[in-house]
This record gives sequence, structure tokens and C-alpha cells, in this order.
Amino acid sequence: MPSVNKNARVIVVGGGLAGLAACVRLAEQGVNVDCFSIVPVKRSHSVCAQGGINATNEIARQQGYSEWVHMDETLIGGDFLADQPPVYEMTHWAPKIIDLLDRMGVPFNRTAEGQRDLRLFGGSLFKRTHFSGATTGQQLLYALDEQVRRSEAEGKVTKYESWEFLWPITKGEGADKKCVGIVAQDLRTMQIRAFPAEAVIMATGGCGLVFGKSTNSVMCTGGAAARCYKAGAHYANGEMIQVHPTAIPGADKCRLMSESARGEGGRVWVPAKIGDTRDPREIPEGERYYLLEERYPKYGNLVPRDIATREIFSVCVDDNMGVDGKNQVYLDLSFKDRKELDLKLGGILEIYEKFAGEDPHEVPMKIFPAVHYSMGGLWTTFTPQQRPADPVQDLNCGFDTVTGMKFGAHNTMMTNINGLYAFGEVNFAYHGATRLGANALLSCIFDGLFSGQGVANFVKEAAEPVADIHQSVYDEAVQQEHFKTQKLIDTAEAGHSDPATNPYQIALEMGEEMTAACTVVKTGPRMEKAMSKLNELQGRYENVRLADGGMWTNQNLSFTRALGDMLTLGEAILQGSINREESRGSHYRPDFLERDDERFHQTTIAEFNPTTGKPDLSYKDVIGGMVKLRPRDYGRTESEPKAEPKEATAKV
Amino acid sequence: MTTATQSKARTIRFKIKRSDGPGKPSYWQTFNVPVNKGEGANVISCLQYIAANPITADGTATTPVAWKAGCLEEVCGACTMVINGKVRQSCSCMMDTVAPNEGDTITLEPMRKFPVVRDLFVDRARLFESLKRVKAWVPTDNLWDLGAGPIETPEQHEVRYKLSECMSCGCCMDACPQFHKIEDDAKWQNAFIGAAPISQVRYFNLHETGATLKTERLNEMAAKGGISDCGNAQNCVKHCPKSIPLTESIAAVGRDTTIHAVKQFFTGK
Repeated sequence: MPSVNKNARVIVVGGGLAGLAACVRLAEQGVNVDCFSIVPVKRSHSVCAQGGINATNEIARQQGYSEWVHMDETLIGGDFLADQPPVYEMTHWAPKIIDLLDRMGVPFNRTAEGQRDLRLFGGSLFKRTHFSGATTGQQLLYALDEQVRRSEAEGKVTKYESWEFLWPITKGEGADKKCVGIVAQDLRTMQIRAFPAEAVIMATGGCGLVFGKSTNSVMCTGGAAARCYKAGAHYANGEMIQVHPTAIPGADKCRLMSESARGEGGRVWVPAKIGDTRDPREIPEGERYYLLEERYPKYGNLVPRDIATREIFSVCVDDNMGVDGKNQVYLDLSFKDRKELDLKLGGILEIYEKFAGEDPHEVPMKIFPAVHYSMGGLWTTFTPQQRPADPVQDLNCGFDTVTGMKFGAHNTMMTNINGLYAFGEVNFAYHGATRLGANALLSCIFDGLFSGQGVANFVKEAAEPVADIHQSVYDEAVQQEHFKTQKLIDTAEAGHSDPATNPYQIALEMGEEMTAACTVVKTGPRMEKAMSKLNELQGRYENVRLADGGMWTNQNLSFTRALGDMLTLGEAILQGSINREESRGSHYRPDFLERDDERFHQTTIAEFNPTTGKPDLSYKDVIGGMVKLRPRDYGRTESEPKAEPKEATAKV
Repeated sequence: MTTATQSKARTIRFKIKRSDGPGKPSYWQTFNVPVNKGEGANVISCLQYIAANPITADGTATTPVAWKAGCLEEVCGACTMVINGKVRQSCSCMMDTVAPNEGDTITLEPMRKFPVVRDLFVDRARLFESLKRVKAWVPTDNLWDLGAGPIETPEQHEVRYKLSECMSCGCCMDACPQFHKIEDDAKWQNAFIGAAPISQVRYFNLHETGATLKTERLNEMAAKGGISDCGNAQNCVKHCPKSIPLTESIAAVGRDTTIHAVKQFFTGK
């Protein structure tokens, strides 16, 4: 029995669902927790999740559903790019997680009998999505926020809100490299200091801002992940970026319109006749083209997101059938009962009305795809565990033995740097090449509760106590960050707005280029052009100038620092996309239309090369063993719009 | 894609109340921001423009304005500020609605009841502290697999869900005449707690397991700074962006607190 470190401390960076779930698990295990967040944790990006959280339930089970089927859906949804044991474990834990959230008081919608209600979601033919109105992420985050507040009141968790993670402090090189704390900066006082810990969990979410306007919150720059990547952590499958089919384009961001709108019966359509500018309510059924229902009779409007996105994109861009000649299609709920809509979707319909100025109870919404989620992220590992197949959960799976993850294993969701972990969207572990709707909340909470146990065991049983680590390790890390900060501060000039060296202008150009070249449709030549553009922007960033040189709440500094990180991460995403010469899930290459399992049933690993400043790519085989590879077409049929020669003349 | 709207750019004047830090004097600056009709411009996109072009209307070079933002979908509460005299989220303040004409002026001020960190950025730590004061959580035993939570009727769910949409933005506090700005955190404990935490008392007392802390919550409501400090101005409910029935919550918690106090008087518990 190894000696147990009773003073062990873990740093959790990020206070969204993954971070907060980790906090409660670690606090329960008697570990001291310091939680760092740029925003007050209750304002984390998880609040934006709307539709729900997937788990096998008794109703679905009696119709033939099971944890095994949930795993199978998740794997084929991800086009078989995810390692199978983590997906096995996550889907098998899902029902327990729902029960726990229920005990914490999450107001899940209820049936007449008082049971938890369920809705249909993409990539499944079974109702297995639990929901709380259309603000499920907000409700789940609040439940965990409340539990963490309780731990905070009991002195088990210390929050550092309005603190920004700057760098993971490491010791040793190569396989011996380990993380022993972080450097962080108070975004109000601008104080920079070191925080020692036996382990660090990154739970910092996605990187939507690399693409400019996305559905993500303003802090989702990917900056924290990029800093770990620059410090030697591997970044996996960066090219796998989810573009959500239904968002409301805006001047500052693209607001999400939940998949639950379709789960509750919403239908996507365009006028069958190009140039039909009639009020949508005046267009009769026969003159509407329900593109997803026609092309995918089995799944209809609930095909996985990458598929719905490509169909909507193509109907607008290739067929020029977008509503009013613009890049937009109708998402129609106007035929549904008002009271039922308000009970199940009230939150998102209100958002649409506030931001688009039209009432979706009355008229169809106008939507278009937008960057939404990163399936890729920091590379993480786990300990596989073989066990007998469960007669209920793995019904008819065809195996005697299955492989999950070992609960409490020290390396669960650990990066290639010892003691540095990645939980939730910032890792690459569960969603392969496309994430199914309502699986994100699950993977975040699962990581916190399941993988958090491994971290608790690691710091108690195996980590070198930070008390034994020389102070100079921390001092040097702080010096390094002071130096980088000063370098940016020294460029400041009030009123600076020269586009060539203005950080906001560089960010704008980066976002537009990444969205144009590296989202729904990717081709080699276009991406090579984008790479030159990124290189040009990196050149300009070398001479970037701040407009604020103060050392009090300098948001200009924080943004500009993150911009440098976004450029680095953008390059890794782009290089991964260029090198993956196949189409798989969200990664669609017209120049390589087929999935190429021979060459690319592999995880992309990007390693930052400090000499060149570029990513070095290598590939690791995907860990399979249970579900066999099969084609992923969701029963697509050829269908063309019935352009009926009626008097669909434009009213001008 | 056609951009027929491009030619319709208009200039909106932003009058912004700024401050360089706690204890520093406030001052006003005006910025001109070009906006195109029909493109979904809001206060956020205009502040982003100012950040990229920090030059005032009279041509003075300055620093970008500091403000807080998060989701930009009115579910996180971060970007709350006082716009044209009314407290609200800035993300959902759409230019085509509030400033449709050339030369329209928008006034931005920080929230009035919380300490200013810088410019439009305020520190709402007191709000989160008040959630500790009322033990705003369900006291679960542990994280192990113990089955589902209590059954709930759809009617009760509907009431609880509405209350649970509170995003701790602080609009109800900013608008309340009984809620005052307090810089010294040692004095928060006895000051009026405000509508949002009172509504959370109702929310958690409605949950079967949550109600095991009902006595402690009502004790807090009966104490100084609790429910009796409410002056019934009803500004809270008028300013809540999520239409949470805050005055109903205050009335319900008020009744419970009275019953609780009477019971305590007779039973000593």
C-alpha cells in the first residue's frame, strides 16, 4: 500500500459542466480543489446547451434500446473515429448520471404521471434524450454550480473567478515530463502568480472563436488548450469541427437554434421553386421542398448534424434554393400547438423572437449552419478493462466479453504530460468525427464524475507532493509569463486602429478565412490558400499593437494573447484537415469523397514543434474491437425537389 | 450572397460612462459607430467595433471600453448594464429596434448597485454570496448510484422550471429601491438580500430533498436583510429579463416565513 498524500491539491481550469463535475467528485474524495475560471462559473458556456442529455431509459429499453445501442449510435455517428472503450463506458454510465442529476434537483420535464419526459434527437430512432425545457445545459450547470457552492461553503473548493490560465508548469522532459501547477493571471488586478498542485485538469471547452462567428461564447477561444499544446501536450483530431445545421446568423455571433426544435417535430424546408418570395405561410404544402425528409425517409429531419448541415449548405450554395436567394432555409414549428411548444421549447423560441424579431409560433424561422463544437482536442489516454457483457445493457451485442475503462485508473483522460488531464469538450475522446446531439452534456459530466475519480486516486497515491518541488520551478514559470505579457504591453498606443496590426482586425480575417476554407466543404487547394493566409496573419501578429497599456483590467491584453493562441491552434486544425485525404463525419472533402479506412482509420496527433512553430503530425490507430466498421449513410435516397409549375410568382 | 443592405449604413452615437478603476472618478466618452440595417447589430457588436477603433467622436485616441460578455444569447447574465437608463442585457439590445435612425444616441452605464471594476464591468460577487446565505442547493448525500430523485408533477415542474431560469444577472437588484450598493463585503450579510435569492428560497423549498434545509432558509429570511426589508416596489419583476414571477416568490416566501416564525414562537423549534 503506497503512502497516501492527505494534503493533495488539484487545480481545475474551467467551471463549465466538466470542470464543476470534477470539482464535486474531487471534493467528495477529500481532495483540495482550486477552480479557475475566466468568468464566474455560473456564466460558463455550458449554459448555451439547449436540447438535452442522452441516456438509455426504461421506456426505450422495452422497445429494444440499450446502453450498447447508445454506444453503437455514438460510434457510427462519429464515423468510427472514436476509440471504443471510452464510448462504451460513457454510454453505460449515462443512466446513473441522469439519476444523480435528478437527485440534485434538475427540473427535468415531466410526463403526466410525473416521470422524466423524453424527446427524439438526431442519429437515433429511439426517444432517449432527457431535457429541461430548451435550456438543459443551463439547468444542469446550475445544479452542479449549486453543489460546488455548497462545497465552497464547506471549505473544500476554492474558486478563482476572473482568473485566466496562462501556462501549465511542468518539470522534466519526454516521458518524465509532469505537470506540477499552473501560472494564472487575475483579470482585474493583472497580478500573475503560480499555483502549485499535484494535478491539473483542463476543462476549458471548445475553440469556436478560431472561426470568428460561431455558436460559442466569447471566451471559447481555445487559448487554454493551445497553451497546453505549445507546452508539449498533443492535440488530436483537430480537423473534426462540428458545424451545427441550425443557427441564427447575427452581427456578433451565430445563435444556436437547438436540434430539439426538430426533435419536437420541426421541419426544414425551402420553397420548391427558386425565386419564390411569397410569405412562407402562403406557400402550400405541395410547393415546399422538405429536403431532409425527402432525402432521408428513415431519419428525416433528425439525421446527424454533419449530414443536415451539408444538405442545407448544398441546397443554398449549389442549388441556389435558399429562402429569398440568401443562405438560409426555413425551420418550421408554426404548425405546432402553442402551449406544448412553450412547455418544451419556450426558452429557444423566446431567443429567436428577441434576436430575429419574428414570432416562431407564427412564422417559420430562418436558419443557416454555424460552427458549434470541436470533437477534436487534447489527446488523452485511459486504462482498458475487459469484463463480461451485461445481459441487459449489452443485449444481443454478440460478444461474451466487452471492453470499457477501468474506474479510478490514474491515467483516465490524462494527456501525454503526467498529471495534466483534459475533461469535456477540450479532449478528443468520445465523439470521433461527429458528435451526436445531446451527447456533449453527457461526456462533460461523465468526465468530471468518472475520470475525476482517477485524478483523486492519482494525487493521493502516485503524484510527487508539490512540497518536494523546488520553488525555482514556479518562479521561472512566472518570470516567463511576465516577460510575454510585458512584450505585448510595450506595444500599446492609445487609439490604435491600423488594420494591419490591430488584433481585432487580425481576428476577423482569421475567422472569415477559417470559416470559408475549413468547415462544411474542404478542398486541398482552398486550404493551402488558407494556410498562406494564416501565415500572413501570423506575420502581422508579430507586430501586433495593443490600444491599452494599463495594468488594470486590461481586456485588450487578454484578447490579443488569446489571438496568438488561436492562430497556432488554427494552423493545427488546418494542417490536420489538409493531411486527412478522405471524407469522414464532419470532415468532408469533395476531392476525396470516400471514407478511407485503409489510410485514415486513425487519430491525427499534432505535436507543436518549438523550432519551426508548426505542428508535426503523426497518426495512431483507433482502438476498436467491438463494433465493426460499416458504411454510414442513414438510408439516403436520391430526391430532387418537385418544382411544380404552379403560379409561384414573386410578390414584389 | 446579396448584400443590398450595405448602402444603408447609419451612425449611432454611443455615450459611455467610463471609470478607470475602483475609487477613480467616472467620465463620459462618446463614440460614433456605423451600423447597417438588417444585419442584427446589437450593443455587443457596437462595443466590439469600439474595441477595434478606440477613437472618440471628437477624434481623441483612447483605450477600448471594458465590459463583460459571455453567451450573447441572454442565458448567462454576464453582459448586463444600464442602457438608456434601464438595466438589461446588452446582447439582446438590438440596434434596429432601439436606434433605428441616423444619429440616434445610446447611453451605456455600469450597473448601479454593484462595485465598478472598470468602465461597464462590475463585480457581482455579492449576488453569489447571497446564494450561500440561503443555502441554494439540494443537500444530496453523495455522488454514488442511488437511483432517481423524487417524482414531480408536471404542474410543479412548470413552477420550478420557471424559477430555475434565473441567471443571476442582478437586474432585479439594480432596479430595487431597497437594495443598495455596498463595497465592503463584511456588510453584505445584514443588508437586503434582493429578489433573486428570495426566489431561490422558494425554488429549493419546493423540492422534496431541497426542503430538508427549509428551516435554515426561512431563518435567514426572517433575519436582518431578509424578506421584511422588501418594500414592495415591484421593480424587480418589471425588470426581470426572464419574466420570473419574483413578486409571487416574495409573497410565497413571506407567508412561509410568517408561519415558520409563529411555529417557532409556540414550539421553540
